[in-house]
Amino acid sequence: MIVLDNVCKTYSTGVSALNGVNLRIRKGEFVFIVGSSGSGKTTLFKLLLKELEPTSGKIYINSQNIGRLRRRKIPKMRRGIGVVFQDFRLLKDRNVYENIAFAQRVIGKPAKVIKETVPQMLTLVGLADKAESMPNELSGGEQQRVSLARALVNNPPVLLADEPTGNLDPANAWEIMKLLEDINKRGTTVVVVTHNRDIVERMQKRVITIDKGVVVSDEKGGITNDW
Amino acid sequence: MIGRIFYAIRQGFKNIGRNRLFSLASVGTITACLFIFGIFYCIVANFQYMVHAAESNVGVTVFFDETTTEEQMLEIQRLIDVREEVSSTTYISADQAWQNFKQDYFPDGDEGILAGLDQDNPLVDCASVQVYLADTSRQAELISYIKGLAGVSEVNASDIIADSFTNFSRLIGYVSIGIILILVFVAIFLISNTVMIGITVRKEEIAIMKYIGATDFFVRGPFLVEGMTIGLIGSAIPVVVLRLLYPMVVDFVLEHFSILNRILTFMDVNDVFNILIPISLAIGLGIGFIGSYMTLRKHVRV
Repeated sequence: MIVLDNVCKTYSTGVSALNGVNLRIRKGEFVFIVGSSGSGKTTLFKLLLKELEPTSGKIYINSQNIGRLRRRKIPKMRRGIGVVFQDFRLLKDRNVYENIAFAQRVIGKPAKVIKETVPQMLTLVGLADKAESMPNELSGGEQQRVSLARALVNNPPVLLADEPTGNLDPANAWEIMKLLEDINKRGTTVVVVTHNRDIVERMQKRVITIDKGVVVSDEKGGITNDW
Repeated sequence: MIGRIFYAIRQGFKNIGRNRLFSLASVGTITACLFIFGIFYCIVANFQYMVHAAESNVGVTVFFDETTTEEQMLEIQRLIDVREEVSSTTYISADQAWQNFKQDYFPDGDEGILAGLDQDNPLVDCASVQVYLADTSRQAELISYIKGLAGVSEVNASDIIADSFTNFSRLIGYVSIGIILILVFVAIFLISNTVMIGITVRKEEIAIMKYIGATDFFVRGPFLVEGMTIGLIGSAIPVVVLRLLYPMVVDFVLEHFSILNRILTFMDVNDVFNILIPISLAIGLGIGFIGSYMTLRKHVRV
């Protein structure tokens, strides 16, 4: 599903963020990518979204070499990846329903489909009664649920989450993780970039550790090296 | 596709609403630019109209050799008449020339002293063809052509008048093109700034759109609509104002400068605005499109 083949990324400033990363994430897996600040996690995240180009190496998503993708094909590729951020990135001038519907409007889904799927997503993330609420009326955990619903409403096969629990208290963080696990059980490949050691250990999933741009460990069962 | 176009239009209008102050400033600037353009256009168009009217009074007079027969003269007139730069020709026979002379110099009808000459026309060799030019810039070319025709003895023309008209007309044209170009650049810069502000305000929304998989068209569409709408409104206002002002100004000038009435012949309001309206609206739309597209190309890429 996701393959990184000897991927290197050096920024124009000369900083080497990734240095020969090889990864293979299978369809339906739940993977944590961990590492200290500046280890190269965010660079990896951006490379997967084709926000950055690798300096060398190849990246495959769904057997497609995204390095060879033409610019006008990028939007279609991104529609196959749901994205969740630490700071939720909700549109503050629109209510919960509109925030989720926005993801469908952007890709031109008909109004009828939007009316059907948005309530389904709200139910999935446990916010069926908050459709009319504005983002600033929600708790951090609720906002991240809306963000998750938005990421999943177009039914992407892959979900990328960048520090999804970074702004949440432990209880809310755990709820979000359980929600991600549920989503994974439905068949979505989930990749979570995180700092949260506690959560990683409790979840008992595959953990890839990056340090100074190199994969230093790749283990199953939540076993983590120091980072 | 139609749904996305409507979305872009709806969002474009929302952007204008959200960015009210900056949009107003841009509309105001384009209005000012196109108002000046409109004034210039009215002046230039009317000047050219007056020059054209004056040009039709600038003539070339062709005289013939003594041996040239009237048939040959008429043939020469025909040859001149078919040329592109010629607007019209008039053949003045020797008799007609004599009658004109008498009319000019003895208008009181005191022809007694001249009566005897009617039978012996002193202007017998003064038959001529008056040539009026459609394009005075080609007067020299025409004169050289006429001089080359067999039977022609002399060609009289006023080079200074023809050259002055041509040069003045050209000068006005260059000056107006220069001013219009500067104004267009200023307007494009302002639209570009307004759209840039819109992009900055909606930076987060644009970033989210990109991650969700929005196409360039979808992200840029509302901004293009915003820029083009501002351009269109900014161009419609001066056109309406000028349309109302034009007849008033013409009446005012004709009333207060009646001494110049013979020189000042103004174009009909419909003739001016049938051209000015589409040009202004196209410039407004163009400025809006170019201003916003340039900014979007630079700052909004998926």
